[in-house]
Amino acid sequence: MGEELKVIVFALGNEEYGIEVDKVRTIERLSPITRVPKTAAFIKGVINLRGIVVPVIDLRGRFNLSETTATENSRIIVVAVADMEVGFIVDSANDVIDIDTDSIDIPPEIVGGIKAKYLRGIAKLGEGRLLIMLNLSEVLNKNEIIQLEQLEV
Amino acid sequence: MDMNAYLSMFIDESNDHLQSLNENLLRLESDPEELSIVQSIFRSAHTLKGMSATMGFEDLAALTHEMENVLDLVRNSKLKMDSFIFDTLFKGLDALEAMVQDIVAGGTGKADVTSIVASLQVILKSDYSASKAAQAPAATAGNAGAAPSNASGAMQLDEFQSSILQQSIESGHNVYHVQVTIRDNCLLKAVRAYMVFDLLERNGEVIKSDPSVQDIEQEKFDFSFSVFTISSLTQEELQGQISNISEIEAVVVTVLDVESLAILSNPSAANAVETSKATSETAVRAEAVREVEAGKGQTAAAAAPAVQAAPANVSRTIRVDIERLDMLMNLFSELLIDRVRLEQLSSEIKRTDLTETVEHMARVSSDLQSIVLKLRMVPVDSVFNRFPRMIRDLAKSLDKKIDLVITGADTELDRTVIDEIGDPLVHLLRNSVDHGIETVEERLAAGKPETGTIYLRAFHSGNHVFIEVEEDGRGINHERVLKTAIKNGVVTEEQAKQLTPDEVNMLIFAAGFSTADKISDISGRGVGLDVVKSKITSLGGNVTIDSAFGRGTKFSVQLPLTLSIISAMLIKLGSEKYAIPLSSIVETGIIRKEQILHVHGNKMIKFRNAIIPLVSLSRVLESPDFNENEEQETEIVVVRKGEKWAAVMVDEFIGQSEIVLKSLGTYLTNIEAISGATILGDGYVALIIDPSALIK
Repeated sequence: MGEELKVIVFALGNEEYGIEVDKVRTIERLSPITRVPKTAAFIKGVINLRGIVVPVIDLRGRFNLSETTATENSRIIVVAVADMEVGFIVDSANDVIDIDTDSIDIPPEIVGGIKAKYLRGIAKLGEGRLLIMLNLSEVLNKNEIIQLEQLEV
Repeated sequence: MDMNAYLSMFIDESNDHLQSLNENLLRLESDPEELSIVQSIFRSAHTLKGMSATMGFEDLAALTHEMENVLDLVRNSKLKMDSFIFDTLFKGLDALEAMVQDIVAGGTGKADVTSIVASLQVILKSDYSASKAAQAPAATAGNAGAAPSNASGAMQLDEFQSSILQQSIESGHNVYHVQVTIRDNCLLKAVRAYMVFDLLERNGEVIKSDPSVQDIEQEKFDFSFSVFTISSLTQEELQGQISNISEIEAVVVTVLDVESLAILSNPSAANAVETSKATSETAVRAEAVREVEAGKGQTAAAAAPAVQAAPANVSRTIRVDIERLDMLMNLFSELLIDRVRLEQLSSEIKRTDLTETVEHMARVSSDLQSIVLKLRMVPVDSVFNRFPRMIRDLAKSLDKKIDLVITGADTELDRTVIDEIGDPLVHLLRNSVDHGIETVEERLAAGKPETGTIYLRAFHSGNHVFIEVEEDGRGINHERVLKTAIKNGVVTEEQAKQLTPDEVNMLIFAAGFSTADKISDISGRGVGLDVVKSKITSLGGNVTIDSAFGRGTKFSVQLPLTLSIISAMLIKLGSEKYAIPLSSIVETGIIRKEQILHVHGNKMIKFRNAIIPLVSLSRVLESPDFNENEEQETEIVVVRKGEKWAAVMVDEFIGQSEIVLKSLGTYLTNIEAISGATILGDGYVALIIDPSALIK
């Protein structure tokens, strides 16, 4: 048995993803987002999170998945990684579960259209349920944003 | 013991002591006969020495020790202060400051202080007066007295310690030798020892301990130690209280009188006392002494009989991490937003008791706001306090006589402003000393008193703080300023003819301008005053000059009270709201489509007899739902960046408001034309526009 890991489970489209609980600051309902001009398309803007201005990115846009309109279930998951605080817009945040680190496998090259470097691994939950664990520091990699912005220009 | 935990405290306190040393030395210089000042200098130096020795900064302790020796002679009227001694002491202080800075920067605080130590020792010995035959005989007499100085190697008490003890005995305080034995089964003997020290320090002062406090804290002692202490307790009380500490095997408290003290401090007689209980000590080592300035009253009086002159207005303060204040500020702005919501709700619901409660909450929260903002305020004294010393040194090196008169040092400014304002003020003051105040001969020739005066004033006015630097020097020579300005290409001759006197004065703030005939190391590199102006402008402030040729110059610096809250104009761009800092707005207005001129494909408008560019904010910010081209009339905001102006087209003005500055965080950086964000009363985030990015 490996270590127990508590993860927050959220959904993008048909896939289920996981982020370690200790990286998640809070989960919020969608609140009005102020657009920030001249930024990458997936950066939706900033929100007021109890007095602190927090940037929000659309995780679908970040992974080049097709963007959808927000629903009643949409949530903003605010994560804190290396003194950065960023909110992720996700389709829904459903669950907190314990997984065994041993059950996390190295991901194949591409999962559901997402490059492997954004992933920490894939956890098998039984009953054919798979959980894609995100590698947050890669998702929030600033150098890559700069590259993406240059591509857009 | 982990010293790191105490390092920040050490640094803070060292800086305090260095500052008070500086101030008191300056006071002493103007009033060399005042022995009470020497006393306070001595106390500061002494505490500093103790602290550095405790923290293991040996060089720091060694240098302070030498300075202390000199001061000791002065204190006991065995040495007269003169300018050589002052200069050496000031040099020593500079070295101490450098060492503390090194420690702040993470260094070891080591420095080569041999030359300063050497000159201090020269002062101590008679060589100094011998080499300077002109010295007053009093000095020689004093030095003779000091001759048997530090042969402390084998002494139980060094000269200083025994003199403290002796003075205490003479002034009627209880001096004890306390020998404590801890039970040999005690596990944490350092803790027990600490409890003893704590008790002693609460009731008095520990003069010396054997083994040293350091060693005791590191448990480098057998089960007994002994201390010399001055205490307010009687022998029985002391004995009783120490025995009450658990795991203490035995306590022997011996009262010391002048005689026994003399024996103790005399090395040859030391052996004789070894039989006595008081000193049945093992080998004696000369170690660093740790002094603790415990509770003001008794101990200070015991250590220094002349404390009556000590300044009494000590305010009770605590040190708080600035981050906590920021957190408090954040929480508070959250509360403000809720307040606005509550006010809206209560006006909708229209229930008197609810309205009353909300109104009361509004009053309380506005009181709270002023307190929270005040917490970040620091008196300008923390910047001003280094200036007297600086002016003294500058005046000395330029051979001028200058008095610095500071008023309003208790005026408070936001910490962020305080941190930035030091350098510009240094520049202004150096400028005043170098260019403003004349030499003694020139002053006398002009019929002025030979000592020039620089006034440094700070005061509140409205939402601003003013800092003025005024001197009674030669004033600004307009002819020379114009000549230099034309020569350096700052203005053309034609322009020069049209300038008002005030505009001529402002020329000295232009980049690349310097009127000094020769370059000194104080000012005159031509980088001084324009840097001052740009720094003050970047702080949201302003600087003006008032000068009368031949009679003096006054620089007046206007600063905002705080940088965390600014005044801004809120504007609308379609559905989006933005804030423009009021400090960069010149004017607002409305223009009609036909007033827009097209020059080389760029839109321009006529404004105050000039043609200025028209900037489309909706294009810069990629506005999704506003396009000024569809409008017949457009609201404009004229903004400035230095001397350049531009008109920015907006959709609608919302109004002026005080806004709290927030950063966009570390994920979003370097966004074009956006300097930050703020949270509006309705909880929405509005971005703050950086007008200088709109002007090319």
